[in-house]
Amino acid sequence: MSRLIITAPGIASIQDIGRFGLQRYGVAPAGAMDAGSLRRANTLVGCPVGTPAIEIGPLPVSIEVAGPPIRFALSGAPRTLSIDGESVPLDQTHVIRDAQRMKIGSARGGMFSYLCFEGGLVCELQHGSNSLDERAGFGSPLRRRLQAADVLEVPAATAWHSERSAASPSAGPARRDVIRVILGPQDDYFYPETIDRFLTTTWRTALSSNRMCYSLDGPLLAHAKGYNIVSDGTVKGSVQVAGSGQPLVLLADRGTVGGYPKIATLASIDMDRFVQIPPGGEVRFKAISVGEAQALLRTSGARDSIALREASRLPGINPAALASANLAGLATNALDPAAFD
Amino acid sequence: MYAEPRFLPCGDSALSVEFGDAIDEAVNARVLSLDRKLNSQSIEGIIEAVPTYRSLLIHYDPFVTTFANLKRELIPYLGKLDLSRIDTNRAWSVPVVYGGECGIDLENLAAWNNLTTSEVIARHSKVAYRVCMIGFMPGFAYLGGLDPSLATPRRKQPRPDAPKGTISIGGEQTALQSVVGPSGWHWIGRTPLDVYAPDRNPMCLLDPGDIVRFYPISIEAWQSESERCAAMIRDAVQ
Repeated sequence: MSRLIITAPGIASIQDIGRFGLQRYGVAPAGAMDAGSLRRANTLVGCPVGTPAIEIGPLPVSIEVAGPPIRFALSGAPRTLSIDGESVPLDQTHVIRDAQRMKIGSARGGMFSYLCFEGGLVCELQHGSNSLDERAGFGSPLRRRLQAADVLEVPAATAWHSERSAASPSAGPARRDVIRVILGPQDDYFYPETIDRFLTTTWRTALSSNRMCYSLDGPLLAHAKGYNIVSDGTVKGSVQVAGSGQPLVLLADRGTVGGYPKIATLASIDMDRFVQIPPGGEVRFKAISVGEAQALLRTSGARDSIALREASRLPGINPAALASANLAGLATNALDPAAFD
Repeated sequence: MYAEPRFLPCGDSALSVEFGDAIDEAVNARVLSLDRKLNSQSIEGIIEAVPTYRSLLIHYDPFVTTFANLKRELIPYLGKLDLSRIDTNRAWSVPVVYGGECGIDLENLAAWNNLTTSEVIARHSKVAYRVCMIGFMPGFAYLGGLDPSLATPRRKQPRPDAPKGTISIGGEQTALQSVVGPSGWHWIGRTPLDVYAPDRNPMCLLDPGDIVRFYPISIEAWQSESERCAAMIRDAVQ
């Protein structure tokens, strides 16, 4: 077992794919904001795709290692990554040794990154998940975000023939991104011209963007039938229009019910790209039907994630799963297996 | 209540079965009945269901089922909802310190409604409330049955840190707040009853369908009432 000593914590917490089954008790699923990047980095290090990782927000993070070598990969927002001052690529496995320091720079044009480790982090499941949910009091080993001097445990790296990297780099958010939405469930609380306005405006994400909600700056959207609905359930990607007329996109740490009308819901296929839009970033929405959204999901690479989920339960590396995840075993930075005792 | 429930897509991974658009016990009964029905069945693709005042939100796996499929599978259940068994037959007596530091808005709320604070306390504590839904925050209980003479519009600006145990009124609703969190409602009292504890089984003491009755206590009785609540929880958990 090796130890990670957090020297600069940034805004980071341990997250996996989330905690399901407790929304009826007001506990939101939490979980990785950008689940695709979590999947990607976990696949690189040979872990099941939903293995807990350190989710790193936009601020820089430094971590020191104490103990045997460990293997990690970082995926998600574009940013710098270095080991003892030497720059190394994202979306690739690296081995870091005793007393070496990993420095992760500020996100550049993105929000979240996922630091995954071969063998995963040492933590305990709470109601089926390791995700931090501070309000609900869940999180392992810590019931809070990371702080300086925190120590986390990670299994020692095993001998690999070569390090592995993704065949193509993380896409990251495009500029003036178009995010697909499904109208409703309360689109009937808005006039057709208000819905047009929602769909034709170039919005800017507000500076207050966080794991709970991204507010959108732009024109205020008028409610046709008032802004108080009888509170009902929310999902990741619900676009609520607040009393002020400002749209708010509810995300992983949202309240499980809300009392403002929801004009639309983000399509799952575009969720990861949306959450990577940095504060002040531009976004436009395009409406598609629920049938179209589900057909897109089924024909997308996301489907491979299901196959991967199965494959990655098997011990060792599954080449077919890796190929389907668009990863390749590029022999960069190959290590001498003898280095691993 | 709608003549026919509506099926509303909430994105591509959830749908809402909406029975009405008002706070209404008959609507809520249908929601809870469908929820219990689904809990006892296993419909492929359903991840979890979230009962609320007037609709049941069903989260599903879009790789296993679709909106159209699930809707087709759910329709047969709607015709035969058993409304007679939605109450849990559990009733909770909940001590509340009304007013003072525990309920900083009691006086304003009384004045708004042209009542004395004692009248507000009497009217608030004489009702057998029904838990309509748990949500927004962990364990936060929305209660049905508020005396209409106590209805008070929500504050324009929510405040960030309502203490755990806060009893509040917002519009025509009253609620029991389980953990510290933001609230735009009027804070009229506080209870020592711990309705939410992440490490307890069950973590959430109240369920939709439970009955809640409040009784006023003095701040001096906080400690002894707190012990009584702990004993009540021990009995309930066993």
